[in-house]
Amino acid sequence: MFKYSMHAAVIATAMMFAQSAIAQDAAPMPQQSAAMAASALRDPALKPVFDEFGGKPGLVALMNDFMDNLMADTRTRPYFADSDREHIKVELVDQFCVILDGPCTYSGKDMEKVHRSLGINRAAFNALVEDLQKAMDKNDIPFRAQNKLLAKLAPMHKVVITK
Amino acid sequence: MQTQHKNRMAWLIGMALAGCLVSSMAAANGTSASDSSMPTVSNKLLLTGGVTQVEGSAGGGLTPWAVIGGYGTGDEIGANAFITHVSLPDYHLDEVGAMVGLYNRVEVSFAQQRFNTEQVGAALGLGQGFTFQQNIVGVKVRLFGDVVLDQDSWLPQVSIGAQHKQNDQAAVLRFIGAKSDQGTDYYVNATKLFLSQSLLVNATLRFTKANQIGILGFGGDRNNSYKPEFEGSVAYLLNRNLAIGAEYRQKPNNLGIAKEDDWYDAFVAWAPTKHVSLTLAYADLGNIVIKDRQRGLYASVQVGF
Ligand code: HEM
Repeated sequence: MFKYSMHAAVIATAMMFAQSAIAQDAAPMPQQSAAMAASALRDPALKPVFDEFGGKPGLVALMNDFMDNLMADTRTRPYFADSDREHIKVELVDQFCVILDGPCTYSGKDMEKVHRSLGINRAAFNALVEDLQKAMDKNDIPFRAQNKLLAKLAPMHKVVITK
Repeated sequence: MQTQHKNRMAWLIGMALAGCLVSSMAAANGTSASDSSMPTVSNKLLLTGGVTQVEGSAGGGLTPWAVIGGYGTGDEIGANAFITHVSLPDYHLDEVGAMVGLYNRVEVSFAQQRFNTEQVGAALGLGQGFTFQQNIVGVKVRLFGDVVLDQDSWLPQVSIGAQHKQNDQAAVLRFIGAKSDQGTDYYVNATKLFLSQSLLVNATLRFTKANQIGILGFGGDRNNSYKPEFEGSVAYLLNRNLAIGAEYRQKPNNLGIAKEDDWYDAFVAWAPTKHVSLTLAYADLGNIVIKDRQRGLYASVQVGF
């Protein structure tokens, strides 16, 4: 049953790629950039938190551990097994960097679009948060700083969780 | 006769719950052995389900929270069992119970309290170690909100609940002026996690007639109607496994012969894994019957999945 839904996810992802390719050919839509902005909202108040994360090099190191955790976790691995993980890591670094008011720009896809067809439920979402928490612990990021970032990511559940 | 029958009913429900717990634990183990890739249970974040409060509902030590107990998410069932011991200068309380959380929507709980009066029992002519036993069946329903994920709004998670309590000492309760040996508390509560502050806040409004949460029966010579009582807790998360906090519980004062005080505690809750949590509190329960300043240690262990 799981394999079946995985196939569905792969097919859906492939369809999405095709769709976004078509969308890129068409004229860029202003709503899209609004959605993009919501995927990485800069918060100047979080600048000190950016430093607590060790700046951009800290985020790069964090994302390596994060992705390792996601692949080691049977609850999340199926979602990432067939994806371009190096690319996701790069986008995540930029996304977190922007949220924490670092000197970056996020040029990845918007959160709604990229997760829409993945069939993510609350359990998978929480699993990913746990894997992120473990990676942040490993990178000695203070717990309070961790929670400040998580408070910015949590609201994205509205577009990420579709099941 | 009727009391006995009700007690038996409560026990049956308790046994059924315990049975549920054991069989679903077995099921969970079976699942993880054969197909660990399917999320089934245990997917809520650590400590966000609270611990077990003194009447068996998910919450802090003294007050229920709006969270649904167990670590199950919307597609899942979670459950746990607990043992609590409260040691006071002149009394002690032993308690066991279990709860099931269904789809992060409904919580059903059972608890049995045994309140031992030690020397006080002898002084009152009831006999040394005279014990009030109370069975509590609780139901809680989450109305709206998500305590963890709603970080971009002020909306808390809100639940309503009821705790039906049956005390086994009808004759003694009548003698001290209580109007009934059973009663039902109704409550509404709101819980909010301020994640960027690592702070969890809960407020509960309880409608109750219970004297000393029901240990001394329900209603009394001074008052025999439902009174709204406020209960509050704050918890500060130190890390993923550890929270400290404080609680307050307002109580009615229905009995002429046994003044009742509001309750306070300060607690530390430690959850090394999702399957075990340990709560230690220093509780100030004020006056109980003829003994003032009942302050002591509250210890609770919870196991579940
Ligand atoms: C708040 C939570 C989340 C955030 C901030 C987030 C962020 C991101 C980002 C920045 C990307 C890369 C976008 C791009 O390629 O341009 C991405 C892709 C992806 N995410 Fe998430 N994500 C979240 C939750 C999840 C969850 C819970 C899962 C599954 C368990 C998941 C699975 C994926 C997958 C499979 C991709 C790659 C999709 C593709 O290549 O088409 N994400 N995510």
